Amino acid sequence: MQADLDARTASGRQLALTVLAVALTVGAYVLVTLGTTGKTPPGVGGFVAVIAGGYLAAHVIVTRTARGADPALLPAAAVLAGLGYAVIYRVDPGLASEQFGWLLLGLGLFALTLIVVRDHRMLDSYTYTIGLAGLAFLLLPVVPGLGRTIHDARLWIRVGPFSFQPSEIAKVLIVVFLASYLAGKKDLLAVATRRIGPIRLPEPKHLGPLVLAWFVSLAVLFLEKDLGSSLLFFGIFVVMLWTATGRASFLVLGLILFVVGAFIGYSAFPHVQDRVVVWLHALEPSHVQTDGYQLAQSQFALATGGIVGTGLGRGHPALIPLVATDFIFAEIGEELGLFGATAILLLYVVMIGKGFRAALTREDAFGKLLAAGLTSAIALQAFIIVGGVTRLIPLTGITLPFVSYGGSSLIANFVLLALLVRVSSARERSG
Amino acid sequence: MDRQIRRLAFAFLGLFVLLFGQANYLQVFASSRLANNPANQRLLLQEYNVNRGAILARDKRTVLARSKPTSGVYKYLRVYPQDELYAQITGFSSLVFGHTGLEASMNDYLAARADVLLPQSLVDELLGRDKQGATVITTIDAGLQRAAQRALGSLPGAVVALSPKTGEILAMVANKSFDPNPLASHDPDEVRAAWDALNADPDKPLVSRASQELFPPGSTFKLITAAAALENGITPETAFPNPAALDLPQTTHDLHNFGDEHCLGGASQVTLAQALQISCNVVFAEIGLQIGADKLVAQAQRFGFDQDVPLEIPWSEGSIPPAESFADALPAVAFSAIGQQDVKANPMQMALVAAAIANGGSEMTPRLVAEIRDSSGRVIKTYGPEPWGQPISPQTATALTAMMVSVVESGTGTAAQIPGIQVAGKTGTAETATGNPHAWFVSFAPAQDPQIVVAVVVLNGGDLGNEATGGHVAAPIARAVIQAALQG
Repeated sequence: MQADLDARTASGRQLALTVLAVALTVGAYVLVTLGTTGKTPPGVGGFVAVIAGGYLAAHVIVTRTARGADPALLPAAAVLAGLGYAVIYRVDPGLASEQFGWLLLGLGLFALTLIVVRDHRMLDSYTYTIGLAGLAFLLLPVVPGLGRTIHDARLWIRVGPFSFQPSEIAKVLIVVFLASYLAGKKDLLAVATRRIGPIRLPEPKHLGPLVLAWFVSLAVLFLEKDLGSSLLFFGIFVVMLWTATGRASFLVLGLILFVVGAFIGYSAFPHVQDRVVVWLHALEPSHVQTDGYQLAQSQFALATGGIVGTGLGRGHPALIPLVATDFIFAEIGEELGLFGATAILLLYVVMIGKGFRAALTREDAFGKLLAAGLTSAIALQAFIIVGGVTRLIPLTGITLPFVSYGGSSLIANFVLLALLVRVSSARERSG
Repeated sequence: MDRQIRRLAFAFLGLFVLLFGQANYLQVFASSRLANNPANQRLLLQEYNVNRGAILARDKRTVLARSKPTSGVYKYLRVYPQDELYAQITGFSSLVFGHTGLEASMNDYLAARADVLLPQSLVDELLGRDKQGATVITTIDAGLQRAAQRALGSLPGAVVALSPKTGEILAMVANKSFDPNPLASHDPDEVRAAWDALNADPDKPLVSRASQELFPPGSTFKLITAAAALENGITPETAFPNPAALDLPQTTHDLHNFGDEHCLGGASQVTLAQALQISCNVVFAEIGLQIGADKLVAQAQRFGFDQDVPLEIPWSEGSIPPAESFADALPAVAFSAIGQQDVKANPMQMALVAAAIANGGSEMTPRLVAEIRDSSGRVIKTYGPEPWGQPISPQTATALTAMMVSVVESGTGTAAQIPGIQVAGKTGTAETATGNPHAWFVSFAPAQDPQIVVAVVVLNGGDLGNEATGGHVAAPIARAVIQAALQG
């Protein structure tokens, strides 16, 4: 009875928040067209109908199939995607209409995931299938004839007319695999048999997975030259391993392996060295117009935006290469100012908080690890790219979840969101 | 496991606090330092978000410069529909090299920066519109500008036409000019290529021969020598000895007439009026020596030589060495009196001299801008006639006018005659260090009620053998412009 009431309250809250998210999306879209063309967009009615219909359908699916699910997750993602759509439209209306299609497809897959995966524990049965699928997706771009190199990184595959970035799908699969694998092995892994100084080490054979993950990350770095994904995967792995075992030694070992890997990458690849040089010297005269241009422009955009921003449609995103994908946060900061940038950060903080809360309310280890892993994936990915764009850390190209232009990224993140919603739902709590 | 999850949540919260701190650093604390970094084009680009006002001819229809909306980073492209014809008046507006000409001097209005445009700009800002620059309406008569260009053809040189009563510049053309459009391009490489080509051109197209370059004015300077004489007690009828050549003081050299002719068929005496009519070097050299360097230099300065005569675009007033420098150089005084040696001028300066004579001795400040209108067509500023000085008395002006009429009626400038219109003029054939002499003609019409002054120079267009060749080459050009102005 109480659960029923909770579920109905949650549903009502989600509905209210979803309506708000749709209103924000439409508002941003209208403002952006006003700011760029001085006119309201043509066919705004159709846009409202489709976007509202899509989100309300998603809302109904959540209410029907995941009773008592956290009501803030879907609306938070919707606002991020809506703001992203508006600024992508501002950069290139053609890209935006593609993104609109991806958004609808993402919502469809969100619904499908919730319908197919009625209980997250279903996934626990396919540990290695999912793990191998994840690994396959991750390494797919290396396959000759299938992979394509864009901006120096080989992280795309091409099937017929479609280009796809399989690492985004791999991200979701690998988190599910790790949650399942670690839930089963966490006790074994946590047993410490050796001590080196203050560090207690598990049996060498249980170090295997850690070393394997390290090699996979290095493979991504070496074969695909995809710094961002490499960092993201290794980070997710170390975080989940530590969450499962509670062994600080894994964090320390992970850090050591990260440093070694980073050093190898730095020595082997000039482009990794460039990233570090640019990070340190982007604004200096010898870099500002050449290799430091993109990062310098990103900082100028944020600085010119100031606290309140130039207003939607009134900045100069065309000055920043890759503004619709990796650098979308800089454009948001320029046109919407510190207010807009803070709003984006807060939306992630809300998602992350809700995700970890879901992890805490789960009884089963798999559910806990799944929620924590999915949440960490979003958090880490957002941190890596926002930190890079704001020059807090060296830049590694990766999409900003839900916001950046990119079909693979949007679809994968909506599937990820569906799983997080599933884990957060109340039905599993009692059962 | 819950302990790890809580710690993880706090760790990520910490990372996002770092991101928030970094965003605050970039957007608040370091904001102005970063935004003002010279490599940040955004501030410059804001200027290009202004719909820069147009520059029009006095008919308010002929477009000299306007802004065309683009879809690029720079929202407006500056275009000059008349290509080369007005380039040395409008100047250009370039991303790389800034503004020149009227684009520079009228920038506050064109770019909507002037205080008077502030209320409108605020309205634009509130409505989210691009700022609308004001329109600059020039004094240039588009028909006359075309006529002057036609008359000059492809000859190297320049034509300046202005209204003696108001100082309004009606036409100003020069060869070689330049096309400002590539300089206003949004492609910096195209801009630099055009700029390099223009600067490598030996004809210096960016420097106007109408108003910026200086040349020896030759016999047109005799108007100033005659003015100094008349202002100092000499009359048109005052007679001077007329040797075949003048034995110059302080030297063994003589000063000769053109083609070594003996003025007025070798008459023993020649009056001032006759000397001007036939442009007799020997007599004018005598006059120069008689009135002296002090008075000659002072008279030139009163016409604007070496003074600061305002104009909306950069220009060079005529120049003459200071009086002191002539103290021990009497031959130089003689040569300066006939517009040679160190005396220099351009058509704009000589047009001002003729304008003062035409306007009863009162020299008006030359002007290129007639009025400014805001984007809704409201007049926000008008420019009226401004006297600049009174270089000569009305009597001197009348006497000089009569002498200039005789130049065209029966002197060296007969090529400028127009049936039904009395033209006053003065020819010049200025010797140059290299090549043929420059052909000059300075004129106004109608002589009794002057509406237009026209000054022409054709570089290396004359013939050393004959003083009248200046008239033959330059006078027809002036005549065509006067006809276009007065007879349509």
